[in-house]
Amino acid sequence: MTGERILMRNFDRPDSHSLAVYRETGGYTAWEKAQGMEPAAITEEVKASNLRGLGGAGFPTGTKWSFIPKGHTGPVYLVINADEGEPGTFKDRYLLERDPHALIEGMLIAARAIRSATGFVYVRGEYVEPWRRFGAAVREAYEAGYLGQGFDVVVHRGAGAYICGEETGLISSLEGKKGWPKVKPPFPAVRGAFGMPTIVNNVETISHVPHIVNRGGAWFASLGTRTQGGTRMFSVSGRVARPGVYEASVAITLRQLIYDLAGGVTGNGRLKGVVPGGSSAPILRADEIDVPMDVDGLRNAGTMAGSAGVVVMDETVSIPEALMVVARFYAHESCGQCTPCRESTGWIYRMVHRIVEGHGRKEDLDTILDVARRGAGTTICAFYDGAVGPYISYIEKFRDEFEELIDGAGTRAVATPAPAAG
Amino acid sequence: MPKLTIDGKEIEVPAGTNLIEAARQAGVEIPHYCYHPGLSIAGQCRLCMVDIEKTPRPTIACNAQAADGMVVWTETDRVKETRRSVMEFHLINHPLDCPVCDQAGECWLQIYYMRHGLYEPRMTDEKVHKPKAVPLGPHVMLDAERCILCSRCVRFCDEITRTGELGIMNRGDHSEIGLFPGRELANRYSANVVDICPVGALTDRDFRFQVRVWYLDSTKSICPGCARGCNIEVHTNRRRPHHAEGRRVARLKPRYNADVNRWWICDAGRYGYGAVDDKSRLRAPSRREGEAVADATWEEALAAVAGTLGRLEPDEVGVIASPRMANEDLFALRRVLERRGIRRVGFRVPPREPGDEDAFLIRADKSPNALGAALLGLDGDVAAVLAAARARQVKCLWIFDHDLLAAGWDEAEVDRALRAAETVIFTGANANATSERAHWVLPAAAWVEREGTWTNCEGRVQRFRQALEPLGQALPTSDILGRVLAALGVAAVPPRAERWFRDLAAAVPAFAGLSYPSIGDAGQPAARGAA
Repeated sequence: MTGERILMRNFDRPDSHSLAVYRETGGYTAWEKAQGMEPAAITEEVKASNLRGLGGAGFPTGTKWSFIPKGHTGPVYLVINADEGEPGTFKDRYLLERDPHALIEGMLIAARAIRSATGFVYVRGEYVEPWRRFGAAVREAYEAGYLGQGFDVVVHRGAGAYICGEETGLISSLEGKKGWPKVKPPFPAVRGAFGMPTIVNNVETISHVPHIVNRGGAWFASLGTRTQGGTRMFSVSGRVARPGVYEASVAITLRQLIYDLAGGVTGNGRLKGVVPGGSSAPILRADEIDVPMDVDGLRNAGTMAGSAGVVVMDETVSIPEALMVVARFYAHESCGQCTPCRESTGWIYRMVHRIVEGHGRKEDLDTILDVARRGAGTTICAFYDGAVGPYISYIEKFRDEFEELIDGAGTRAVATPAPAAG
Repeated sequence: MPKLTIDGKEIEVPAGTNLIEAARQAGVEIPHYCYHPGLSIAGQCRLCMVDIEKTPRPTIACNAQAADGMVVWTETDRVKETRRSVMEFHLINHPLDCPVCDQAGECWLQIYYMRHGLYEPRMTDEKVHKPKAVPLGPHVMLDAERCILCSRCVRFCDEITRTGELGIMNRGDHSEIGLFPGRELANRYSANVVDICPVGALTDRDFRFQVRVWYLDSTKSICPGCARGCNIEVHTNRRRPHHAEGRRVARLKPRYNADVNRWWICDAGRYGYGAVDDKSRLRAPSRREGEAVADATWEEALAAVAGTLGRLEPDEVGVIASPRMANEDLFALRRVLERRGIRRVGFRVPPREPGDEDAFLIRADKSPNALGAALLGLDGDVAAVLAAARARQVKCLWIFDHDLLAAGWDEAEVDRALRAAETVIFTGANANATSERAHWVLPAAAWVEREGTWTNCEGRVQRFRQALEPLGQALPTSDILGRVLAALGVAAVPPRAERWFRDLAAAVPAFAGLSYPSIGDAGQPAARGAA
């Protein structure tokens, strides 16, 4: 089931990040081939590959490329989202550190497909080593004449805000503004960075492109499921024997990933729950892990593939505490632009915190669920919907754990009256 | 022109109209905070949600353009629930300090809570605390806890004044409006942010704690501060005279006029009403003999003025009219001049300091009606009038409003002219160094105490209305001049400003066809070719 490693095939070679090693293993041959292809033919090949965005939203990549307005004559920008910030996700940093030329080659091909002369790579501020490695690779590519011949790459460092990984927040930040997501429409493909049509793709997504060009869309599609082609890199963390990044077909099941690749559950050895796609993905119980890890498989299971950050929790993990940590993250990272998200992420965190601290009230759980549902779908970007995933799923699937804490608080409330309503 | 249906009403709107404006045209009000028609779309308050048929969930109306065949519903259960939710989110961290908040009574949190909220509060945790009573500049005070972060003020400073003093600092529920380091909100239009702030976050340092807004009356008026003639509302406090140290004018607010000032006014105009309730107001006619000044009755004063005018030869009278006078006053004055054949007249008095000007609203000419006076033919040479007085050719000087001793002329020269004239008459609302030199003072009503029209720098004739009773025995200048005319033996004198304007429109080609009803609230252009 794990099959051939494509993105990670060079990771174990010494100096895998260098141009020399990249070339030895067939690097930049896809770019040579792509230069003989019509831009539209490249896009068609990517469509045929069923490649879907691997940053979180899972949107079909070739379809996204085809949204550039026909007849547009000004600049078109290719923006690479390397602001990997989804908790539990650490795959893009490996690509930037260990195979940066795969991203550069993918960018060259993608830029040809969308007729872009300038690419921006927005690197998460905390990723210092990935930024150094990738910057060095860009310089190599300039010296070797891959870049600077009709396509330039600008490397931009973020300043450490999760919201700048949202594609329009990223564009605002890239433009020198506060990293606030933009109101849509217009979508970036129509009016993006600096007012020009812009395609924003994830590092891993674009790193796949050279292989699709070399080996064909049909080959790539055959590696995955009916609606999503290829492999992807799963970041597995938490209570497993061998945490780390694993490349596997998107068709792998969550059970295979945890038990076959990551060596099974540690802690008390018994699985309690798994977050399959980064912190924004709704949690799955131990009896829900026989699901394929592709976008539609996880959607059908009521959660999402997201960024493929798999967080494993054994029975000793407190779900209310886990939710408190997640809720604190969303309260801290909400950009504050839209009212429902700005106000309720903090409110919900305070409620969950209070429950964990032993001051919960019996109406708290229903209030959290109601507040989360009311805010969902009412904001400019998907941040709040991402926060709602854990709020609702942790409480619905592990309600007894929360109630136990609240009931304990109830006995104490005799001595310590609840604060007055206000 | 797309045709669409909003709450079952079919309307046609210009292409590019958003759904808030389209609904307004259909008589449907969509609640909103961050949207302002003069600013860019922010889409962040999330209150203006509506249901558009064939879209899966409620959409913000501010960012949705009207499209042909669109079917919009603004009162579905889903929309109402969303509004209730958004109102709750807006208020969970709000201090709910309405009893001590100046915005109370005109606060859109209060209004929309009553219209669209009415939920049971369930926020029991500690609220987020933020800075309070932070002066942002000379006119604006910030209470960050009351702020709903709609960003209107930020966009105003970015897009209208392009001064960029304000930003939103921090993230999440710790976000707050603030000044960039080293900046002050001191641009010349700064207090407009108070008007567009939908809540009590930004308050006016001049107005706060003076009087509750529900005691105020509002009157449509025109700013007298410069030749732009920005449309304003005068807010007066007649019901709580013991508040605000007896200030009758509580504040001025901009009034929308698409052709003049849109939604805005400058700070100089906004705070330029101090003279109305100032100690320098002239309350009764008075007479000066030597150093002795004594109040007089109107009968005495008018008899003396008419007697002087009737006794002297026309060339022995010089008149210095004022571009602050209403068109009605100027026309009445013209009738006086015609009656006596007086030709030594002018109104342009150079200021000591040249007025400042910008490319937006502020004009260098700090008077509201210079163009009106020119259109009425009063554009003679004032310097020549004063020179004639110094040469003792002019025996009576009648000065309106001006302080000639504070003008851009040599003070000694003016002084010699005033000394040389046998009779100096002053008509104006406030005392000044020139009025103190007058033998007769005829107190005029301030602009908010009467009605009239001014002609702005673009030739737009605009009405201002009466908001207050004149102080003391002061009278509108057109009334004073009417009484002088009557004393000079003219039989049919118009009894009030509107009748003066009717006569004016009949007599002066530039004003032909205009009337108070046709001028309305937005003004009408004068026929400038006829000047």
